Amino acid sequence: MVNYLQIPVLSRRVMKVWLRNWDVFLKTYKVNFLPPFLEPLLYLFALGFGLGTFIADIQGVSYARFIAPALIAISIMNSSFFECTFSSYVRMYYQKTYDAIISTPLNIDEVIAGELLWGATRSLINTIIMLPVIAAFGLIELPVSLLIIPFSFLGGLLFASVAMCFTAISPNITALNYPAFLFVTPMFLFSGTFFPLSVLPQQVQYFALTVLPLTHVVMFVRSLTLGTPTVHLLFNLAWIVVVTTLFFVLSVNLMKKRLIN
Amino acid sequence: MVIISVIVAEDLVKTFGEFVAVDGISFMVEEGEVFGFLGPNGAGKTTAMKMIQCVSPKTSGKLEVFGMDVNTHQSEIKRFLGIVPQETNLDPDFSVYENMMVYSRYFDIGRTDARKVTDELLDFVQLDEKKNVNIEQLSGGMKRRLILARALINSPRLLILDEPTVGLDPQARHLIWDKLRSLRDKNVTIVLTTHYLDEAAQLCNKLVIMDHGRILEEGSPQEIVKNNIGTDIVEVENGPEVKVCLDDMTADYEIIGDIVQVYTDDPQQVTSHLLRECMLGKITARTATLEDVFLKLTGRKLRE
Ligand SMILES: Nc1ncnc2c1ncn2[C@@H]1O[C@H](COP(=O)(O)OP(=O)(O)OP(=O)(O)O)[C@@H](O)[C@H]1O
Ligand SMILES: [Mg+2]
Repeated sequence: MVNYLQIPVLSRRVMKVWLRNWDVFLKTYKVNFLPPFLEPLLYLFALGFGLGTFIADIQGVSYARFIAPALIAISIMNSSFFECTFSSYVRMYYQKTYDAIISTPLNIDEVIAGELLWGATRSLINTIIMLPVIAAFGLIELPVSLLIIPFSFLGGLLFASVAMCFTAISPNITALNYPAFLFVTPMFLFSGTFFPLSVLPQQVQYFALTVLPLTHVVMFVRSLTLGTPTVHLLFNLAWIVVVTTLFFVLSVNLMKKRLIN
Repeated sequence: MVIISVIVAEDLVKTFGEFVAVDGISFMVEEGEVFGFLGPNGAGKTTAMKMIQCVSPKTSGKLEVFGMDVNTHQSEIKRFLGIVPQETNLDPDFSVYENMMVYSRYFDIGRTDARKVTDELLDFVQLDEKKNVNIEQLSGGMKRRLILARALINSPRLLILDEPTVGLDPQARHLIWDKLRSLRDKNVTIVLTTHYLDEAAQLCNKLVIMDHGRILEEGSPQEIVKNNIGTDIVEVENGPEVKVCLDDMTADYEIIGDIVQVYTDDPQQVTSHLLRECMLGKITARTATLEDVFLKLTGRKLRE
């Protein structure tokens, strides 16, 4: 019987897996930099400045200022979630990269941990690219919003860990479309991103707060961009840390079950 | 000084669910040996290799590499291993050179050393001209050669090769044989699987023949041939009188389609008996090979 919450056996060698992905990233940096730069611009123009002209202030702020933190949070989610689903699946299944690495002194726990840290790094990188773009429109409070940069790594790790669990149980790569449509898309829409959670029925609000990780990430980022951090931040942070730890450990064990037999 | 065997396996078992892939095998590999695993498709060779490589946990039995248990000292064992897997797993995100460099990092080899060793190894497998080429642009044989080079990056003390020469042209195959011999001379222990029995006979000083997860036969190639067949094989065209004649002289023989093979240490005597007493024509005598033993032990039926 597999113990799904067995503590991973890790060492500094985890960084070698991270470095492998970093090397690949640098080789293709030109393609990697454009999407996080363009995506917020598209959303800002379409929703913030287009749709936003028909919308009165939300909770005392303009619509563009309201959705700016959501765009950052969504980017944190997408970067690591897609890195640790489709990209990790390709490395695991098609490229046999994990097989090659576990023939060296590294173990499977370290390989998966390295992948998760890499996924989190993708969120961090994209946040670093995106933040100045949004700041240029004067939509976020500075310098307090700079705290989003270190936070994006934690947020990235959260989505990377959840994503890796899906990767571990997907029978094939197309099956990964299910979490993308049934988990990421609902989060994209119902996590207090483009309208306040409070307009939703009470039950849906509770649902969003308990099982949609993006809700907490949006709340955290928004309180920073609006320059109104409160003690609620600590609640969001605690939720994120606990859930990240749980899924981190779970994903390593699920992957181990899949790959080591 | 205590001499430690490089690999000690006792009653080693591997099951996948209900299916028994390795069914209680015992063997020992000593330092500097070239040890071969032969057997039909599905015999359990790769499964055995993977347990030695510490990437697939054993189900039961004992397995020690360099005196260390594969369950508890994986990382320490893997540091000394060079692996050529059956399935190519080069990193397609990188060029030939980068593949070597990235792999060297997993072994904590410093950049300067890694560059030097990489240049030497690529030169050795004659891929220096392909240094900056992406993996996808290599031919199948070039990929196999690169995998061998990659396996040597950490100067392994035990080299495990799962069908190293599959898909190679004769030149490349000889190149790899030469390299394996030179490694053996440097006291590197080599464990390999192959379906080329001439290769096994040439390279291995000890081998096992496996089937259905069990070891059927063990010894040096010469011993195995001698014990199972004798030195020679006499082949005669099959006919009703052949069987009678051979039973008469209590020969050890096997009927394979329209050919009868007689296993013997004295081909002269068999041949003359067949010619004189039985008036049979079309007789050929030849030296027995490992292939003959292989087919005799594992049968001629194709594996599913
Ligand atoms: N992960 C696995 N799950 C279930 N069965 C497996 C697994 N790996 C191998 N087997 C089974 O174990 C048996 C031995 O396989 P193995 O790969 O060791 O054979 P082999 O001797 O290397 O054959 P080949 O010469 O074709 O490479 C086969 O019947 C195979 O189907
Ligand atoms: Mg095999």
